[in-house]
Amino acid sequence: MNAEHPMAGVPAQPGVPKPDPVLVANGLQRSFGGLRAVDVDHLEIPRHTITSLIGPNGAGKTTLFNLFTGFDEADEGDWHLNGGPLAGISAYQVARKGMVRTFQLTKSLARLTVMDNMLVATKDHPGENLWGAITGGWKTTEAANRERAVELLARFGLEHMTDEFAGGLSGGQRKLLEMARALMMEPEVVMLDEPMAGVNPALTQSLLTHITGLRDDGKTVIFVEHDMDVVQEISDWVVVMAQGKIIAEGLPGDIARNRAVIDAYLGQHHGEAAS
Amino acid sequence: MDWSSVLIDGLLATIGPITAAYAVSAIGLNLQFGYAGLLNFGHVAFMLVGAYGMGIAANFGAPLWLGIIIGILAAMALGLLLGIPTLRLRADYLAITTIAAAEAIRLLVRSSWAQPLTNGVFGIQGFAGPFFALNPFPAAELYGFGDFVVTGRKLWVMIVGWTVVALMTLLIARLIHSPWGRVLKAIREDEDATTSLGKNVFAYKLQALMIGGGIAGVAGILLALEQQNVTPDAYLPKITFILYVIVILGGAGTILGPIVGAVVFQFMFFTIDALMVNAQANISWVGDLLTPAAAGQVKLVFVGIGMMLLMIYRPQGILGNREEVLIDER
Ligand SMILES: Nc1ncnc2c1ncn2[C@@H]1O[C@H](COP(=O)(O)OP(=O)(O)OP(=O)(O)O)[C@@H](O)[C@H]1O
Ligand SMILES: [Mg+2]
Repeated sequence: MNAEHPMAGVPAQPGVPKPDPVLVANGLQRSFGGLRAVDVDHLEIPRHTITSLIGPNGAGKTTLFNLFTGFDEADEGDWHLNGGPLAGISAYQVARKGMVRTFQLTKSLARLTVMDNMLVATKDHPGENLWGAITGGWKTTEAANRERAVELLARFGLEHMTDEFAGGLSGGQRKLLEMARALMMEPEVVMLDEPMAGVNPALTQSLLTHITGLRDDGKTVIFVEHDMDVVQEISDWVVVMAQGKIIAEGLPGDIARNRAVIDAYLGQHHGEAAS
Repeated sequence: MDWSSVLIDGLLATIGPITAAYAVSAIGLNLQFGYAGLLNFGHVAFMLVGAYGMGIAANFGAPLWLGIIIGILAAMALGLLLGIPTLRLRADYLAITTIAAAEAIRLLVRSSWAQPLTNGVFGIQGFAGPFFALNPFPAAELYGFGDFVVTGRKLWVMIVGWTVVALMTLLIARLIHSPWGRVLKAIREDEDATTSLGKNVFAYKLQALMIGGGIAGVAGILLALEQQNVTPDAYLPKITFILYVIVILGGAGTILGPIVGAVVFQFMFFTIDALMVNAQANISWVGDLLTPAAAGQVKLVFVGIGMMLLMIYRPQGILGNREEVLIDER
């Protein structure tokens, strides 16, 4: 590791404090019946970094995403974005506060065009309330959004699909669209749940470039990924979950050698593709 | 058989005020079902509440215009009432609640308990005077050509009815072609995805339910004015289902679909009706076979067959986009 690494000097232990955390969680718990899907004592996500969240199937990664973004309700605990509490805040407000997530099972708006998918992702559009819709006066915002959408679609290689229905895209293209759409929200924190799943290897490289680009643009990226090579390649920090708990944290290099992590994954193939 | 009278009777009914009222109501349902994906199976209740709101207000001496406003507001309030407890839940809760509420409301207004207000099964009359006082056409005069004529009274209701259809269509077109309408369609496609993009899905669904309900209220008022009468049994559950047929026939989620659907449906319905009446009178074995009561049932059988053929050969309706319908949920 070179000396400029943003996380250099942070000890590799679960729940370790970070110099400038954007997201902090305390005593976060969520059970389904007798199963404790998430049981996190303390977790800090460093700002302006790519943090990978890894762990075997059923470890609780998606559930943790759901809790953070208000799509599920925690049984206990609190979590803060930029110091502001998020517990009890509804999902749409979390998104408006700048934390936007994608879904493990892609959710495209099938009978909307690719462009309309992009244009729905906007905050404070005057035409999105009834009064504005009837009186008009939203065309300038619309034009500006459209311009950004065109740029983003080009970046994700979807420009030729602009006027197609999103439901007509391939699985990988939908993953790309979902990511591009999340970026339309100009989020501060982007949470990507297995964005690489089902994307062909050639495209994976360009997706990785986009993700590192996001960090370089000053955003914080949290992403769930099963492919260890990918994790090694782009993460600034890795958080490992198993059975709802954070069992390890550290730089990518440390994690690969961590005994607890190897145990958690025992029986799983290194670099196995995500389901 | 007198084919020309069959056709003329069918056509006259098709362009009549009832068709206009159905088109208006279908425009409201299309906003909810076609654009927002809401399953409102009690649409007829909004028409009932609109009509009764106007009728009861008139009974208390309110002028007609005020009664109309009260009727529309009452229909919107029904949307609020039914929407608040159900729209946060899964889609089927709205369906169950609306279907039950629609019948409950109809039975309530026809009950003896509500009689002082609603006049029970006899309904409310005597509110339409001011409306027909505005009629510029001599009521008994005939307008048209040949056998294709309507009375001045009917012409007046038709003109008002189709003007309302046009206004409601313009309102919906403006809403749907705005970013607000885009959010509505996004909600129809996937609520979670739309939420993740910072939209208060509940508020949008509530707005759609209330606006669609208010439009149905307008339709109920039109029907009441045409009939000069508000009776509970004009608002049977089957009206809701006829409106679904109209919306799907015309093309759910299209601006002009409800109008096309209403016109085509009514044309089929009334032409078959005229055909059967004619056949009963002129062809002896048909007259022997079909009693007038049975004829009503047979008509519905034809409608059912028509809907089946439509779903098989044109699932997107008359105006819908086939490509859009064939998109599968992957
Ligand atoms: N809505 C639910 N109801 C019941 N159990 C659930 C629910 N959601 C998640 N679980 C359970 O919680 C545990 C964690 O699931 P989660 O989806 O968070 O895992 P994950 O780490 O995302 O796994 P994967 O890598 O397979 O996506 C699993 O055992 C799962 O069965
Ligand atoms: Mg998962």
